[in-house]
Amino acid sequence: MERIPILRMGDCLLVTIQVDMHDQLAMTLQSDLSRAIAAQRTSCVLLDISQLEIVDSFIGRMMANTAATGRLLGAETVVVGMQPAVAITLVELGLSLRGIHTALDVERGMALVERAAASRA
Amino acid sequence: MPAAVAIPAVRSDFRRLIVERREEVLKAWVKEQLKEGRAESLPAAELRAQCDEFLTLIANPADSDSILDAGAEAWAPARAFLADLSRTRARQGFSPSETASFVFALKRPLFAMLRAEFADDAAQLGDEIWHATELLDQLGLLTMEEYQRGREEVIHRQQQEMLELSTPVVTLWDGVLALPMIGTLDSARTQIVMETLLQRIVETGAAIAIIDITGVPTVDTMTAQHLLKTVTATRLMGAECIISGIRPQIAQTIVHLGVDLGDVTTKATLADAFRVALSRTGRMVGPATKHGDD
Repeated sequence: MERIPILRMGDCLLVTIQVDMHDQLAMTLQSDLSRAIAAQRTSCVLLDISQLEIVDSFIGRMMANTAATGRLLGAETVVVGMQPAVAITLVELGLSLRGIHTALDVERGMALVERAAASRA
Repeated sequence: MPAAVAIPAVRSDFRRLIVERREEVLKAWVKEQLKEGRAESLPAAELRAQCDEFLTLIANPADSDSILDAGAEAWAPARAFLADLSRTRARQGFSPSETASFVFALKRPLFAMLRAEFADDAAQLGDEIWHATELLDQLGLLTMEEYQRGREEVIHRQQQEMLELSTPVVTLWDGVLALPMIGTLDSARTQIVMETLLQRIVETGAAIAIIDITGVPTVDTMTAQHLLKTVTATRLMGAECIISGIRPQIAQTIVHLGVDLGDVTTKATLADAFRVALSRTGRMVGPATKHGDD
């Protein structure tokens, strides 16, 4: 079964979605990710969706749920590189993903995470 | 040997009359139009030339079954001529009836001539008048349609131009975009504004976008909702959005309507918003220091 790799970078987990998301894959990713956060006790997750061109309400909700689950486990989620069409779709679907941090690209996402870590310390 | 069944061509003697007594028709027609008033604003020579050309186009097609059908192939040149004429007149500010009277004014001199020609044959006179009326009415209606179409094209083009004009995304500084909005915000425009802005954010990698609504005359709940959508979409992409140019009345309206702009940063002027944007990107504007001549 295909899985989306979860890479560890310092205190972060980096997830790059490079294939079309279907519901099963999204479910698998969600459970894999929560297990990885708990096991590796990381404080942040970078979800890179710059290659994702199509979203539906399920994927949108999955992102919100992943972020909420992560927060319960002590990790903040940063969604990076969302495409304009995806952003417009999510807004039209009424999913504003409140409580999720966003950044234009992975680099800025990392900077955001580091700033947040520095302010916590 | 089977004889070919010849379908008798519809005779149109009124066209024969036009050919034979062309100068007379032309003079009477031009005079008729000058009487209407508006045509005076056209140079008489130009009007005469237009009438002359149209008479040629009426006289030209050979008689056939479809000769009284202005939609037929034979009338294509005449239709093109009238289309051109209507559009020109629409642009020159002629009213629809003034434009259509170009064709209708031909009736009076033509009918007078027909009456003289067929004075002793009432049936023939009736037929001819009917045929002429049928054809000229169709052509007259055609001018109306073209006139209307010309006007619609103008409106459509202006709409397009307004849409394009109203969504310029400008770069204020490295990483700071501004979008000065002008005019009423409806769904269609918001969609274009949103798409343009998000596209520019991707292209430039700008971290902050300022939406300036100084030029938006009124804000209602719909407008506010559209604005919020744009702000949310921008945030989803990872950039920040500041709304500026909120006039005091608009601020009051927003409060009265009970619209919750949530945690959106809002400023009264674009300058204030720009200052915030600069400080968020780690820059500041200060007075220039004089270095003298060193």
